[in-house]
Amino acid sequence: MTSYVTRRLLLAIPTLLAMLTVVFILVRLVPGDAAVAMLGDRASAEALAALRAQLGLDQPLPVQYLRFMSDMVTGNFGLSAVSGRAVLSEVAVVLPYTLELTAAAMIIGIALGIPLGIVAAIRRNKWPDYASRLLSLVGLSFPGFVSAILMLLAFAVWLQWFPVMSRPTANPIDHLRSLALPALNLGLIMTAYIARVTRSSMLDVMGEDFIRTARAKGVKTRSIIIRHALGNALIPIVTVVGLNFGTMIGNSVLVEIVFTRPGLGKLILGALQSRDYTMLQGLMVVFATFVVLVNIVTDVIYAAVDPRVSYAK
Amino acid sequence: MNQMTDQIHRDDASRSAILSIRNLTTSFRAGDGWTTVVRNISFDVAPKETVAIVGESGSGKSVTSLSIMRLLSKASSRIEGQVLLSGKDLLRLPEEEMRQVRGNDISMIFQEPMTSLNPILPVGKQIAEALTVHQNISAEDAKRKVLSLLDKVRIPNAKIRFDEYPHQFSGGMRQRVMIAMALASKPKLLIADEPTTALDVTIQGQILDLIKELQNEEGMSVLFITHDMGVVAEIADRTIVMYRGDQVETGQTEEIFHRGKHPYTRALLSAVPKLGAMGGSQLPMRFPIVDPESGEVKPQIEVRDTVAKDKAPIVEVKDLIARFAIRSGIFGRTTAAVHAVEKVSFNLYEGETLSLVGESGCGKSTTGRSITRLTDPKSGRITVDGYDMMKLDRRALRKVRQSIQIIFQDPYASLNPRMNIGSALIEPFIQHGLGRKAQARDKAASILEKVGLSAEMMNRYPHEFSGGQRQRVAIARALMLDPKVIVADEAVSALDVSVKAQVCNLLLDLQQSFNLAFLFISHDMAVVERVSHRVAVMYLGEIVEIGPRAGVFGNPQHAYTRKLMSAVPVPDPARRLIKRNSQIDEIKSPVRSIDYVPPQRKYVEVSPGHIVRAD
Amino acid sequence: MTDITLASATPEKAPNAVFNALRRNRLSWIGIGLLLLIVLAAAFAPMIAPYDPLKQNILHRLSAPSAQFWFGTDSFGRDVLSRLLYGARISLAIGFLSVMIAMAVGSALGILAGYIGGLFDQIVMGFVDVMLSFPTLLLGLMVAAMLGASFENLIIAIAITETAPFARVARGPTIAIKRRDFIDAAKSLGFTPVRIMGVHILPNILSDIVVVASLWMASAIRTEASLAFIGLGVAPPAATWGGMIREGFENILSAWWLVLFPSVAILLTVLALNLLGDALRDAIDPKTRNER
Repeated sequence: MTSYVTRRLLLAIPTLLAMLTVVFILVRLVPGDAAVAMLGDRASAEALAALRAQLGLDQPLPVQYLRFMSDMVTGNFGLSAVSGRAVLSEVAVVLPYTLELTAAAMIIGIALGIPLGIVAAIRRNKWPDYASRLLSLVGLSFPGFVSAILMLLAFAVWLQWFPVMSRPTANPIDHLRSLALPALNLGLIMTAYIARVTRSSMLDVMGEDFIRTARAKGVKTRSIIIRHALGNALIPIVTVVGLNFGTMIGNSVLVEIVFTRPGLGKLILGALQSRDYTMLQGLMVVFATFVVLVNIVTDVIYAAVDPRVSYAK
Repeated sequence: MNQMTDQIHRDDASRSAILSIRNLTTSFRAGDGWTTVVRNISFDVAPKETVAIVGESGSGKSVTSLSIMRLLSKASSRIEGQVLLSGKDLLRLPEEEMRQVRGNDISMIFQEPMTSLNPILPVGKQIAEALTVHQNISAEDAKRKVLSLLDKVRIPNAKIRFDEYPHQFSGGMRQRVMIAMALASKPKLLIADEPTTALDVTIQGQILDLIKELQNEEGMSVLFITHDMGVVAEIADRTIVMYRGDQVETGQTEEIFHRGKHPYTRALLSAVPKLGAMGGSQLPMRFPIVDPESGEVKPQIEVRDTVAKDKAPIVEVKDLIARFAIRSGIFGRTTAAVHAVEKVSFNLYEGETLSLVGESGCGKSTTGRSITRLTDPKSGRITVDGYDMMKLDRRALRKVRQSIQIIFQDPYASLNPRMNIGSALIEPFIQHGLGRKAQARDKAASILEKVGLSAEMMNRYPHEFSGGQRQRVAIARALMLDPKVIVADEAVSALDVSVKAQVCNLLLDLQQSFNLAFLFISHDMAVVERVSHRVAVMYLGEIVEIGPRAGVFGNPQHAYTRKLMSAVPVPDPARRLIKRNSQIDEIKSPVRSIDYVPPQRKYVEVSPGHIVRAD
Repeated sequence: MTDITLASATPEKAPNAVFNALRRNRLSWIGIGLLLLIVLAAAFAPMIAPYDPLKQNILHRLSAPSAQFWFGTDSFGRDVLSRLLYGARISLAIGFLSVMIAMAVGSALGILAGYIGGLFDQIVMGFVDVMLSFPTLLLGLMVAAMLGASFENLIIAIAITETAPFARVARGPTIAIKRRDFIDAAKSLGFTPVRIMGVHILPNILSDIVVVASLWMASAIRTEASLAFIGLGVAPPAATWGGMIREGFENILSAWWLVLFPSVAILLTVLALNLLGDALRDAIDPKTRNER
């Protein structure tokens, strides 16, 4: 198992390097002069030259690439053009809030989604199944910000059960009240995805031969579901949850904007408005690294659950 | 031997049946109506008796067994009639009581050992479950019982294997695990649904022997579902023949085999090749064809000698080596290699059928594919119709396709589902620039007639045809380029018994008409005996014996050839009580480490053309 | 000469089975109907919109839904309903075009990678994996931010985010089909790789790709709306659903209609496409084909 994990981590390195390269290319997509784009048309020639020197834009492309890669790998994500502070330290300040939100959403999604999916699979083609399927479909049809806005309207503006702006506070109860709507919003979207994949995965597994063997042995239905089916169904569920992590991050950015909650989303918005390309670049790398890490975790969980994986290699 | 069967008859009469089926009828939901798949089946199974249900696909034999166990989906199936287990009607039981019957009074084992075990639970736990579900038993006691069960089904190293996972067992071992699970609660009846169909012949022999021994030891009855008449003859006291959902004949196995009354029974029996029934004939023989409805026997056509011994061989293979690298580790280094084909040499003459026979992993398929360059061999000299196959450039390789063609095993996968068969037939003709579309159509039409289909079928799609018909289409497609050699890679293995016989006859007919040479690859010894001029037996990538069919089958020299032949179930009930006394072993795998050096082999010619590897 | 066995149709993809299965599925009717409605509304927007979407009516700014303005007006006095209808054209156009481009490029890559295999496959899939490690929204955001948000650039941006998933989706079935005997048969009949990929592989995986296309069109519309919400949509004063929500967000406490109607519009469109995609997927898979 340890060798599998080591191998998986090693395999991630080329992925990360390639990802950094893609970010490099993306940022250089800007038509025209980046310095002008950042500082505006009316900036002085000296300011423009200074910025270009700072960003290394006056160097030939391969040199820029090498400098970029070595910077990134050593953790030097550059300075924000807006605040002048290091990108990474800005990120570090708000990261806990985004993580908190994401974690809460995951927990809600798993806690609600898996039981819903199991019920839908067992009561296939009866009304709990239809209801669950329709609700899931509606749930994941919402763009993250739309559901957030509607929730905001309903629960914060009209009913006033929750604060309109989400602010983390020292008081745990207020903190939770603040977290509730954004987390619920993301969490319900996650529930929709997880319920769907749980249902289809369970249905696939229930049709397998070894379930028939278990029935032929006289095993009780509940045992069949929990002991035989669920374990095997979890494998594709874990994979899909991992794959959807990226979507969830995107949605979390939107949710943070809607609920005016501190987090990476706010940083992105600020960076976009002020054309802080260094910040944008840094944020992209942060997000993509997260996704790669989640993929590694997913693969490791997969290997832990499925005895065929680590044995085969 | 007859005295023993008489004794069994008398014992039967004095005891009441374990299982009594009366008018069992099973239907499946189809659209808005119901299709009846099993119609009015009635039979008994006496204590300690083995009853076989034999039939081809669509006969309803498997559905019958699933109906008895009530394992069909309640939403889409409907079972009528009576299923009496020692007097109790299983069909009227509430589900909870039926659950207590399953795995307890009646146990069942299935066809696919690969997928019938839960991949993420250790094997020991799965067998123990069969005990804990029905009895109040502690984990330690259960484990002890499981270990003794593993011994009983002759799995070595039971203690270690208890904690292992299904993927760590071979197919035959997995089936033994299934049997152990089935025996755990000492059932009165074991239902075996095609348990050996997916296994290699030698493994099949071991499992059949095991079932016979266990039946004696445990004193239980067996209901054995199969399509293989050889297996029926070997294992069953009484036999039920099913055809399209109906029970067409029931009786003592001997009666069925020697004095079968129903036309379908006779058609089925005539389609089964019997090992050793070729007489002294040197040439292949067609299968006798009996009409299943009328019982009419179609006249046998003599087979004439088509082998062109005086010309140069149309295929020459010398020292063919094919290996596949196995990569592992972080950097994907080659750590081992599959020695699929190891220095194989043979010749194939025009108009001749040479069979390559062996079990899984022996390299027969890889040999066939290497000759057609579907896979690239490591080294060797292959000459087909004068072309040196190893030295061809891309254009020449295309051209040589007109000389050698290949037909595959799975009729359901060998045709493009999105192409109607007319287009599929025309395509090779046009792609090779052999003429215009109209000519292609004419040729396709005439070849379709030759393979026993009709030209009007050209607009139909593959899914509208049965397995046997699809195989005919595949053969027709191969013939469009007028090849001289056809490699038949297990081309009849996936077909039903009667269809197999018809397609074999078709191949013989085509050989007669076109002087085709066949490289017939198969694991089925009995079929091979019927259709070949010469035979080569392969084991672990090497030919261990090669020679004229009569010589190899009549006078097998190599130990492996003899082992293979003794494992084949012979459709003759008189041989039923002869013990095979085979050792428990696995099919060896041709995977070797990188530094493995294959040993030098010596060959001995025991009679003209009959060559054996000297071990 | 007939075979003794039953010549019943196998549970494979008979051309009619899919259509029939679709017909029976009630949810698919809702999806198709809804989609048709939206597409028609967008197509005939110039004819059915009661007002010019760009025309400002300062007197009537921020007025609630009424008989005169069915969906109310925004902070410039523009009619929300008319803007919704015109916004549909942009969203649908971007969604459709971006998916078409991604489907063509991505599927081609996926089929090539799956068929050729080996190092080429590893490189292409490595690239695909890297692209997939960028969250869709953020990737689109980055490209749109860099290139500048315009109708064409948005199509490019969203197409870039969706190419990798299509490659993935095309590769899997290609590899599965490559192992089937009829591909070996095509090779041994001497057909060129291009012919095999185009005539023998592509038609057999087309259904898988099409299912994904409708689901990704839903995603494209979601992404476009999200980008517009952040400020990277087609520039104002053009009406886009996301842009309308963005403008309405500022007045959310007082003018709920500004946010509600575009939200519902997006929801219905995405829902319709998801319903359709789901129904197609259930119809194509022989196991789920007979569900109601």
